[in-house]
Amino acid sequence: MRGLLERLAVGEVLVADGAMGTLLMARGLAPGACPEALALERPDVLEEVAAVYAAAGADLVQADTFGGSPLKLAPYGLGRRAAEINARAVEAARRGVAGRALVYGSMGPSGRLLEPYGDASEAEVLRSFSVQARALAEAGADAIFVETMSDATEAALAVRAAKEAAPAVPVVATMTFDRTPRGFFTIMGVTVERACRVLEDAGADAVGSNCGNGSDAMVEIAAEFKARTQTPVAIQPNAGLPHASAGGLVYTEDPGYMAERARALIALGVAIVGGCCGTGPEHVRALREAVDRRGTR
Amino acid sequence: MEILREIAESLGRGEDRRVAELARAALAVGTTPKEVLDRGLILGMADVGERFRRHEIFLPDVLLAAKAMTAGVEVVKPLLAGEAARARGTVVIGTIQGDLHDIGKNLVGIMLKGAGFDVIDLGNDVAPERFVEAAEREGAGVVGMSALLTTTMPGMAKVVDLLGRRGLAGKVRTIVGGAPVSAEFAREIGADAHGYDAANAVERVAELVGAV
Repeated sequence: MRGLLERLAVGEVLVADGAMGTLLMARGLAPGACPEALALERPDVLEEVAAVYAAAGADLVQADTFGGSPLKLAPYGLGRRAAEINARAVEAARRGVAGRALVYGSMGPSGRLLEPYGDASEAEVLRSFSVQARALAEAGADAIFVETMSDATEAALAVRAAKEAAPAVPVVATMTFDRTPRGFFTIMGVTVERACRVLEDAGADAVGSNCGNGSDAMVEIAAEFKARTQTPVAIQPNAGLPHASAGGLVYTEDPGYMAERARALIALGVAIVGGCCGTGPEHVRALREAVDRRGTR
Repeated sequence: MEILREIAESLGRGEDRRVAELARAALAVGTTPKEVLDRGLILGMADVGERFRRHEIFLPDVLLAAKAMTAGVEVVKPLLAGEAARARGTVVIGTIQGDLHDIGKNLVGIMLKGAGFDVIDLGNDVAPERFVEAAEREGAGVVGMSALLTTTMPGMAKVVDLLGRRGLAGKVRTIVGGAPVSAEFAREIGADAHGYDAANAVERVAELVGAV
């Protein structure tokens, strides 16, 4: 299978998968349990989720490693097992996709605030991401997605760690923005323009946004990215913002709506479209159809 | 008084050492510790909360202001007599059992600390009994609960109910928040307050302890 960079270079639009946590909970992940521990305890579940997304038509399927950095695993007493967890998760996803999709390692926030706002040093956070990135690369991840970042410095450390550990593995880096009366900012105050600059300087092969917004806001965010960078753009919206209902939390965007907004993303020239919270295999199937109808960028 | 305004402004810029110096200077010229706290530090933090809500500043500025607040509180706290030595009282916070989302709750914790409250953060996935036990143990005036999932919201009602059965209703006040949580829901379960965002939560907690 051709690699991510080659496919981006020829203008292909790639479909990434949807949410992980909800699918794991539906398969028995207990409330309060560490989702990444499943790599050790129930790799069969991770394999099945990967298979579900590959069957739905995703080109890119994640390993269950979002919270797999040693710093993030530490509160569960699993910090020292980070390398093992990341490796087992990549292997499980690889078995699940069975050659149908590329497997990416997900790297989410460390859960710590960097100095001077918090007590974590840059060196400590870089070291933590390095352990994770090395394990993902050694296990054969086809790409690394640095995701859901709100602090530009932390995001850059994660990208750097990935690029140092495995220069040949493509890195996609996405941040989470809030709509404010003054435009889009992350909660740490990062603009789209600054995100582009910082992530590209750190070596990201694609930049963009995931989580925090439904498709409508994501189309606006995507337009901002496209106006500010030549680097390929990745966009992974939530299925709208959650609303309460008698039956539980409900995300408002059905697969059809998401796919219709995905056409706007593709028209803008977005290179990778996928889903975040609230999305599932049906959303991915709808995105697949939207992309296939359109073809290349 | 000029120096109190300086304290508030310096706090807003996140100057922790300067805030501590100014607090000491204010005490040296006869300002009472209570005035330094209420009309310097707390006023400054209230302004930070307001600017955060207006998106004029972001989390880093709030975090630095909270550090400056802490530096100032450390100067005056030993001098506050009796009851007031607990600065503004203790708040127990956590996300409800089954809920792993803690960004909103953490933000409330940071801003409560910044506003001079002692904060006991129980983390996420907290069982109703633990909220109640912690409130009793710590002598907390307020319990704050957060949920992002509607499936976990009934846990909030359990905490309110447990406090009532332990005879703590009215002594330990409750505030709820989180994306799916409304003021209406708060009323339905008998919670004392609802915070619609982090800054609002701090204001409502201040009202609950009667220390505006």
